[in-house]
Amino acid sequence: MELGRRGFIRLSGATLAASSIGALGFAPAGEALAASVRPFKLSRTTETRNTCTYCSVACGILIYSLGDAAKNAKASIVHIEGDPDHPVNRGTLCPKGAALLDVVHSPTRVKYPMYRVPGGDSFKRVSWDFALDRMATLMKQDRDQNFIAKNAAGTTVNRWTSTGMLAASASSNETAFLTWKVARSFGMVVFDNQARV
Amino acid sequence: MTDLQSLDITRRSATTGTPPDIRHQPAVAKLIDVSRCIGCKACQSACMEWNDLRPEMETFEGSYDNPSDLNPAAWTVMRFTEWENEAGNLEWLIRKDGCMHCSDPGCLKACPSPGAIVQYANGIVDFISENCIGCGYCVKGCPFNIPRISQEDHRAYKCTLCSDRVSVGLEPACVKTCPTGAILFGAKEDMTAWAQERIVDLKERGFANAGLYDPPEVGGTHVMYVLHHADRPSLYAGLPDKPRIDPLVWLWKGMFKPIALAGLGFAAIAGFVHWVVAGPNEVQPEDEVHGREILDHKDEK
Amino acid sequence: MTNTWQDIKNADVVLVMGGNAAEAHPCGFKWVIEAKIHNHAKLVVVDPRFTRTASVADYYVPIRPGTDIAFLSGAMRYLLEKDAIQHDYVRTYTNAALIVKEGFGFDEGLFSGYSAEKKDYDRSSWDYELGDDGFAKADPSFQHPRCVLNLLKQHVSRYTPEVVERICGTPRDKFLMVCDLFASTAAPDKALTSLFALGWTQHSVGSQNIRSMAMVQLLLGNIGVAGGGMNALRGHSNIQGLTDVGLLSNAMPGYLTLPKDSEPRFADYMKTRQFKPLRAGEVSYWQNYRKFFVSLQKSVYGAAATADNDWAYDWLPKLDVPNYDILRAFEMMNSGQINGYICQGFNPLQAFPNKQKIRTALGKLKWLAVMDPLETETACFWQNHGAKNPSDPSKIQTEVFMLPTTSFAEEDGSLTNSARWVQWHWKAADAPGEARSDIAIMAGLFRRIQAMYRKDGGAFPDPILNLSWDYLDDAHPTPEELAKEINGRTLTDWKDAAGATVLKAGQLLDGFAQLRDDGTTTSGCWIYTGVWTERGNIMGRRDAFDPRDQGLAPNWAFAWPANRRVLYNRASADLEGKPWNPNKPLIAWNGTKWEGIDVPDFVPTSDPKAGVGPFIMQAEGVARLFARDQMREGPFPEHYEPLESPVLNLLHPTVSSNPMARVFDFDRAQFGKVADFPYVGTTYRLTEHFHYWTKHGLMNAILQPEEFAEVGEALAKEKGIGQGDWIKLSSKRGEVICKAYVTKRLKPMMVDGKPCHVIGLPLHWGFTGAALKGFGANTLTPFVGDANTETPEFKAFLVNVEKAPGPVA
Repeated sequence: MELGRRGFIRLSGATLAASSIGALGFAPAGEALAASVRPFKLSRTTETRNTCTYCSVACGILIYSLGDAAKNAKASIVHIEGDPDHPVNRGTLCPKGAALLDVVHSPTRVKYPMYRVPGGDSFKRVSWDFALDRMATLMKQDRDQNFIAKNAAGTTVNRWTSTGMLAASASSNETAFLTWKVARSFGMVVFDNQARV
Repeated sequence: MTDLQSLDITRRSATTGTPPDIRHQPAVAKLIDVSRCIGCKACQSACMEWNDLRPEMETFEGSYDNPSDLNPAAWTVMRFTEWENEAGNLEWLIRKDGCMHCSDPGCLKACPSPGAIVQYANGIVDFISENCIGCGYCVKGCPFNIPRISQEDHRAYKCTLCSDRVSVGLEPACVKTCPTGAILFGAKEDMTAWAQERIVDLKERGFANAGLYDPPEVGGTHVMYVLHHADRPSLYAGLPDKPRIDPLVWLWKGMFKPIALAGLGFAAIAGFVHWVVAGPNEVQPEDEVHGREILDHKDEK
Repeated sequence: MTNTWQDIKNADVVLVMGGNAAEAHPCGFKWVIEAKIHNHAKLVVVDPRFTRTASVADYYVPIRPGTDIAFLSGAMRYLLEKDAIQHDYVRTYTNAALIVKEGFGFDEGLFSGYSAEKKDYDRSSWDYELGDDGFAKADPSFQHPRCVLNLLKQHVSRYTPEVVERICGTPRDKFLMVCDLFASTAAPDKALTSLFALGWTQHSVGSQNIRSMAMVQLLLGNIGVAGGGMNALRGHSNIQGLTDVGLLSNAMPGYLTLPKDSEPRFADYMKTRQFKPLRAGEVSYWQNYRKFFVSLQKSVYGAAATADNDWAYDWLPKLDVPNYDILRAFEMMNSGQINGYICQGFNPLQAFPNKQKIRTALGKLKWLAVMDPLETETACFWQNHGAKNPSDPSKIQTEVFMLPTTSFAEEDGSLTNSARWVQWHWKAADAPGEARSDIAIMAGLFRRIQAMYRKDGGAFPDPILNLSWDYLDDAHPTPEELAKEINGRTLTDWKDAAGATVLKAGQLLDGFAQLRDDGTTTSGCWIYTGVWTERGNIMGRRDAFDPRDQGLAPNWAFAWPANRRVLYNRASADLEGKPWNPNKPLIAWNGTKWEGIDVPDFVPTSDPKAGVGPFIMQAEGVARLFARDQMREGPFPEHYEPLESPVLNLLHPTVSSNPMARVFDFDRAQFGKVADFPYVGTTYRLTEHFHYWTKHGLMNAILQPEEFAEVGEALAKEKGIGQGDWIKLSSKRGEVICKAYVTKRLKPMMVDGKPCHVIGLPLHWGFTGAALKGFGANTLTPFVGDANTETPEFKAFLVNVEKAPGPVA
């Protein structure tokens, strides 16, 4: 706000009337003290230790959620900051880690299974059963049609190349192992992860 | 143990009288070591997140400065300067801008609303929004161009040095998050001593003019910088070489405040009398000299 | 990473080349700052762009994108010529003294064995000369003309400072300054650390970029020591784990590999996986391969994997090509060979090269399923977003499933960081709406398919019907159950010498040394054995104690393998077992065994006098300056130009680019010429964003709201582009209209006498999320892969730039 001297004078006329008599200097000093400070917002929140989801520095984070985990309280994440005990980040977080809260609560998070028909111009909400039943059917049809049990030379190769999968880069090792088991049991070979990019 | 989180008030805008001063309370400081700042803006994220601020999303305008300036919901911003030094080598000078928490705060001096701006015993200068009348004098009073007036609620906003965190014994959010330790927080004495070590290291690395920015013109600050080029603070996106509280503040304090108040009527006279007798508690004799100088040069700039 | 993040503080010189650590890994980069402040380290940044890492560096050195091998080969030449190498280390811990077969050679850009017809190498000449005893011959006096050291000297002799300057555009004085800094760490008690990332991998010569630096580090004796190492700064929170657990087309957990068509029987498969020592007495740890393999198959197929059916060997798919990697997958998709595709996370429409090809390919699928917490561009590829995603939904016949998953905050589990730490995390809240964990989705899908095969039969159902599924709730395996499955168990009671039971059947194992090849142990990923033992969840350990404050924190979580924090740490000690750097020892020989602050990467009782090599995973026990047949384009790194380059290869213009790069014919036709696209484009990450995720968060969108490209002042002036102007960037594959960031941080480099302008393209923008919509840098990038890893060449390609009238919708 740029304030020229004229504006300054005009302001003093216009806004000072709104100021209280205290402007004259009679208000007691030292009142209120800490009451003027914003209350500390984490006092009785629940703290959970987690790992930042972005790069592989793997900073320790503390997730603060509302409530004390009582049955009637619905936990909602209100704040995330660095874990000071973590040997690598020692409480620090980068501009992404320090802003994790907005991704957790992003309006563009997917909340329900969504389905788009061929040629359709929108997603429609569907049930999990519909989505998984339909995918399972499509996969089995394709596998049964295109599974290669033996190659041209007659060698047993048991591979399935007409359905592929990309695995994540931020899912857990436990997810990864289950995914590996499932994909390989199908004979899937068009199977890769984000390590290359 | 010293009590860095004390929020005893030592100064209060537009208020006379002396607050209680029995406790020994050391000053705190945030030290921003520009030489180890990578301009990542984690401090901006942490500030927004902790203080529940979301400034309006802007556009890209030819630099990494985003938001492009401080605003009522952006209490700290990084300012990027590409500078070619005398040897022809590029230096990318990146400075975290925000309230300096002056020991002698121009905003507080300029503020006409009682208790809208306070200074705590540990040095933090805080805006108490419920007392703010949105007049904008703090903006004019600030030698660093920090406070911003919200168009929504017509109150002034700036960095609180996370007084809510400090009050419970935590460091400010930006300090905690800083990935490279370019922002440190502690007793001002400790921060000053550490800065001296950093300066030795920088001089060894060829920055002959490395130094600490703790400008005496405002009584020193509770946010200090280690600069590689402390001889030229203005290289860092216009950090004032010699910050001065705007002469108009002296004008206000010295002359116009009582006159303007006189217009309010009887009560104002009492104030004027008070001013004549006691003087505003913050203003020093040399300030009055400044004020008179200004009055003697009534240009309409 | 061979070392830990905190160990970076022990370095004397930090080289950031092929990466931008301050921006991509800010919290890890703090340890570089610590090295500077507390160890008086020098930080050198070699990068085409003056980055935020460069802003805190002691030295910034420019280099043309895609010329790192020339630079590093020049450095090797310098070190060898000045004899600035750590002699004992090079002689004893590397294969410098081993003698290479007669017949190996290099001429005009090609190594011996190349067939122009097959466009492939016969790599048989890229190996050691073996003696009658079957072991490799050596000449520790380095007199033999074909010992590795002499061949290396000869190979790099062409990379003089003048040639380096002409190829790389790096001013000679700056190049030599870097060489001197390298040389300063040849002293046994000095260390250089190399921090790199996709700036090295995303090239058609990516793997060889990294090998070049590893060779520099070996010459300097900087591998295995505190403050040294080759530190790949992995990009994603669990991309290390995903790789460890084998989610790559040719991989199995723990770096085992899938069988090939040429290995019809288990015996054939094992024949190439014997890993017999190549020198007398060496450990050659991969000799245990069979134990790891059998334990994995027991874990996956339980009782159905038996000695009689070769541990269900036939149930593993066999590969007819080396890799069904992402580039091949989308090439197949684009040519109609793929019907269904599942993206578990990931966002190929943004992440893969040549966006138009990716978009077209996705539209040829019968169905696509995307599992993600966020609405990704891939899930919405069929939507029309104007020029930024010009799809016509009515013409796209792909069925699309967009399945909501939990985010990190809403699930338990472990992630493996760049330093191989496997760390457990805990759920903080329920996911929004009906989001489910990936585990629940995969289980749901599998159980449905399994039920259909059980009921109706179908193509080869055996592996599906017999997959082990030993979870309390079939529909919801828990992370804890899976972690224990990964760790592994004994299937029989174990007794000690006195006959007391030490481990009962079904109990969890402590480490991979306990694994057996007789089917009596299980382990889902041998290198992870030890993560969850009878002592509990080792990944959840939170003891940050750090002996001697040296940056290991050995009791924090678990580091594979065997909780070892610094790989190859035997090489931190000299031939007698004394630490090269007495101030920062990792392990030492105490007369009877190895001990120290880290778990020895060595047989703990192996007396140094026995002379066993420190690189125990290698059959020859030493590190490889000469890669044998392990790299597809040659045993030594050679400078090859990017597939799209402004110049021909100065050294061998007829073999200008990597002859083994991954290129499909479809894409070769989409390479631009320098006459049309005269500038070098290079993609990069901004510190304010993480790929295409953070733009879904408002705070990060506020910090970097809009797509732009960096253009140097000189080029901007030439083109009449002002600060913040709209520009049109184009390559043979597409156009991006965005704003210009005119900067001093990009300067033209003089490449063989001509100026070379580089344009920087941040990669974060797309058409979903909170930030302003953008095209995405992959609109421009070429569909080319590294010869060994098939990583796309995002870091060097040809573009043009001109002023644009304004934005497009």
